[in-house]
Amino acid sequence: MAEDGRRRTATAAEIVFRDVTKRYPGRPAAAVQRLSLVVPAGDICVLVGPSGAGKTTAMKLVNRLIDLDEGDITIDGRSIRSLDATELRRGIGYVIQQIGLFPHMSVADNVAVVPRLLGWDKRRVRERVHELLELVGLDRADAGRYPAQLSGGQRQRVGLARALAADPPVMLMDEPFGALDPITRERLQDEFLRLHEIERKTVIFVTHDIDEAIKLGDRIAIFREGGVLAQYDTPDAVLARPADEFVARFVGADRGLKRLALRKLGEIELEAPNGLAAGAPVAGLHTTLRDALSLMLSEGAEQLVVVDERGEAAGVLSVGQVGRLLAGS
Amino acid sequence: MSVHSAAGGPVHIPSFGRASACITNNDLFCPEWVRDNWGSVLQPALVEHVKLTAIAVAIGFAIAFAAAVAARRHRILETPIGLVSAFLYTIPSLALFQLLVPVTGLSVTTVEIALVGYTLLVLFRNILAGFRSVPEEVLEAARGLGLRGRDILWRIELPLALPSIVAGLRIAVVTTVSLATLAAFIGQRSLGTPMFVALRDYFKTEIIAAGGLAVALALGADALLVVAQRLLQPWARARAAA
Repeated sequence: MAEDGRRRTATAAEIVFRDVTKRYPGRPAAAVQRLSLVVPAGDICVLVGPSGAGKTTAMKLVNRLIDLDEGDITIDGRSIRSLDATELRRGIGYVIQQIGLFPHMSVADNVAVVPRLLGWDKRRVRERVHELLELVGLDRADAGRYPAQLSGGQRQRVGLARALAADPPVMLMDEPFGALDPITRERLQDEFLRLHEIERKTVIFVTHDIDEAIKLGDRIAIFREGGVLAQYDTPDAVLARPADEFVARFVGADRGLKRLALRKLGEIELEAPNGLAAGAPVAGLHTTLRDALSLMLSEGAEQLVVVDERGEAAGVLSVGQVGRLLAGS
Repeated sequence: MSVHSAAGGPVHIPSFGRASACITNNDLFCPEWVRDNWGSVLQPALVEHVKLTAIAVAIGFAIAFAAAVAARRHRILETPIGLVSAFLYTIPSLALFQLLVPVTGLSVTTVEIALVGYTLLVLFRNILAGFRSVPEEVLEAARGLGLRGRDILWRIELPLALPSIVAGLRIAVVTTVSLATLAAFIGQRSLGTPMFVALRDYFKTEIIAAGGLAVALALGADALLVVAQRLLQPWARARAAA
């Protein structure tokens, strides 16, 4: 893993769980039971489920903070058991809800922890720290400050930068935004997605919030009690075709509306502009179908005019068409 | 030094050099006595006292630190170590000297064993409390990032445990400075030596001078530790300013 850490071009790695089981001593039920799933390189895989469903355990098996009992996990085809645990961890970014910044180290020193462990020279460490602080939206002036001097949102940005520092091909994130206020959380989610476009890692992301899972996940793995994987699919497929009653209940009765939130007006085929839409509400191409429907319903309109960046009508959306889109796919 | 039974009235202290009126009257404090006897009596006693204290605290710290490092991971060790150090702490010091003399004689070793024994409880408790005060999430993040056990100990746990460790050291140093006076009881030089002589002779100046030096030494060492802690903990100042 040390070589991977030194290679700045390290991108993403495929993660494969093969029949993985974990039992805690003294407990009859398995925490994770015969878990098999493949996380394609560069994807964000969100593990979601109620408390005690084993999602955090499943994540911690990957960097061996918890040791698995049966089965195997491979990263880029290499078994995690074939590596020394600390070497393995230096190649995997790790972000937790409580952040766990080192309170006695400055922001820069926190971010520099793993590169220094890997023996990078001073100049390279300094450059990487500055690059990362910028990437996660922190000020260069914050580099010398201590964690106690930062807000919760800023601290999690540092946590993210620290995890990304040695450019690991894999990131593990355990409810990283769970303790933040809703506005900060949403902003960090958006920035995380933007960041993921730039630094395309394979991410395993644990949350109990299904909305966060739908928003962030390329794929979501829904766990039920007893560490059983109930469904593993894209957010749209999970919402359109829940595997069973448990998944349907977990994603919520409003799963249709949640699906609408996944699609933007610019991504669907609109009806041609027609004269009937005079006085109808107007929305841009980046509006989600959910927001568009909400707008029509609150305005009491049957139709909505979609306008492009120049403000010209690009098409028309009707309530009926929204219904047909949901039923059709 | 000559042995006297001293009861009331002016005393004759032949070994104390030229006797001024202040000395022969045994007034409360005679600076000229301190000046005359600094090099021969007080300074050597002070130096020995500092040595006894430094050695005792250093050895006590090494033992307590090792014990706390072991107990922080293996909770089962905490109670037995705590009990042993508490037991040592409760033995009256004069009794402990008596117990040790047949084994180690009237030696520095005897003094040091006793002094080290008294530092263990407070140092062990405080060092362990310091380790326990390190937040669990900080340790999890450290492990998750790939720090090894010894890196976590030296780079994360030790600096974060520092306030509690220094608090323990301060108590241990002050206690040891005070206890080290008893070394004189088994014939080892310390600030207790002039005190014992002066107590026998009821010579006030010497008691006050030696006692004052012991108090000054304790306060000085304590202040030094406070300053050291501030220098070692820049982040605590930053937090206070935040």
